[in-house]
Amino acid sequence: MEALGIDVLFKGTNALRLLQGLWIAVQISGISVALSIVLGVLLGIFMMWKNPVARAVSRLYLEIVRIMPQLALLYIVFFGATRVLGINLTAEFSAIIVFTFWGTGEMGDLVRGALASTPRHQYESAAALGLTRAQAYRYVIIPQAVRRLVPAAINLVTRMVKTTSLLLMIGIIEMMKVGQQIIEANRMTSPNAVFGIYGTIMLLYFAVCWPISLLANHLSKKWN
Amino acid sequence: MAEYLPLYKDAALLTLGIGWAGIAGAIVIGLAVALVVHFRIPVAKQICQAYVELFRNTPLLIQLFFFYFGLPRFGFSITPQFCGAFGLALHGGAYMAESFRSGFESVDRIQRETSLALGLTPLQAVRYVILPQAVTLAFPSFVANVIFLLKETSVFSAISLMDLMFVTKDLMGLYYRTTECLTMLVLFYLVILVPVSVAGSVIERRLRYGSFGN
Repeated sequence: MEALGIDVLFKGTNALRLLQGLWIAVQISGISVALSIVLGVLLGIFMMWKNPVARAVSRLYLEIVRIMPQLALLYIVFFGATRVLGINLTAEFSAIIVFTFWGTGEMGDLVRGALASTPRHQYESAAALGLTRAQAYRYVIIPQAVRRLVPAAINLVTRMVKTTSLLLMIGIIEMMKVGQQIIEANRMTSPNAVFGIYGTIMLLYFAVCWPISLLANHLSKKWN
Repeated sequence: MAEYLPLYKDAALLTLGIGWAGIAGAIVIGLAVALVVHFRIPVAKQICQAYVELFRNTPLLIQLFFFYFGLPRFGFSITPQFCGAFGLALHGGAYMAESFRSGFESVDRIQRETSLALGLTPLQAVRYVILPQAVTLAFPSFVANVIFLLKETSVFSAISLMDLMFVTKDLMGLYYRTTECLTMLVLFYLVILVPVSVAGSVIERRLRYGSFGN
């Protein structure tokens, strides 16, 4: 234990503090995911519009989300908003803005993909059976689209949880930062803590993300 | 701002250099792992699957911290450049493996059976029949992974590599020219990533045209 630096975990409240850090990360990603799902569905429907302006706008938005690294977006909102707009956002609030901005784009594209990949004959058969447009969506299209959507949307959750590791760069005291603090505080007494603590954090991320990935895999196999 | 351009240029070159080295490594690892899983080689298959799950479900940043700060305690000291490329290759390898694996899986079984019936050895079947089709099918997710990995290089600043994020933060701290520095950051990322994105979608369209004739 000592050789691997895991003993540090059991000193004082260190283990508890790491878990609190993880909880902050989970909270931020949880709020962002909830917002992203709602906004993403709206965006996805907006993207199905044939209006050229709507297309251009959503295309541009998607490209920004696809191309800009999340860390760069965090910097832009956290440092840039204060400078340009003169408003002082807390790091947590900036993180939620960025994650929601990013998640909404990803989610919108997933929703659009799920709606667009529903074969034409599904719409046509529903109409031929005498269903109204609303009924066709309610009973035929949306159930199929949801099945295609949910596994990918669950994967977005794990990506958000993983991306919370970047939050230490804008000064949020989440798991990585707590880990650094513990390592620094024990630098002299147990220099191997750096191995044990970072290893533990890696496993904690894994413990959160792996079950979610398994669920996504399971659902996508079951439904497709 | 003009006087800082060289700093940004060097940073972008560093991102590109380490990024491409890492991505090349990721492709090799990903292909090897996908082949091992495809051929169901005992033991190796389980190890590869554990590797893929572990590296896909943990953030790149903690992997880099672990390699860069953790391993030296046990005598594996590495330079930040090597650590960046190595970490990106391992992280990306897991993603690439998934994308190649699903490519292999979506090639119809009958393709393999037909090649064996035609007298090709299993290796030849993979080399001449399955791999070309699998690569085509895996291409869209492959491009998405390349873009994703180039974006992931933004965390390199945390292991003291002077990449775009590092230079930006440095200059913002020194001169308080926040707006200008962030604009440059955005521009440089666009210069790096837009060509990849455009080339990806062009090649994707070509491949689809070539393989399915529509």
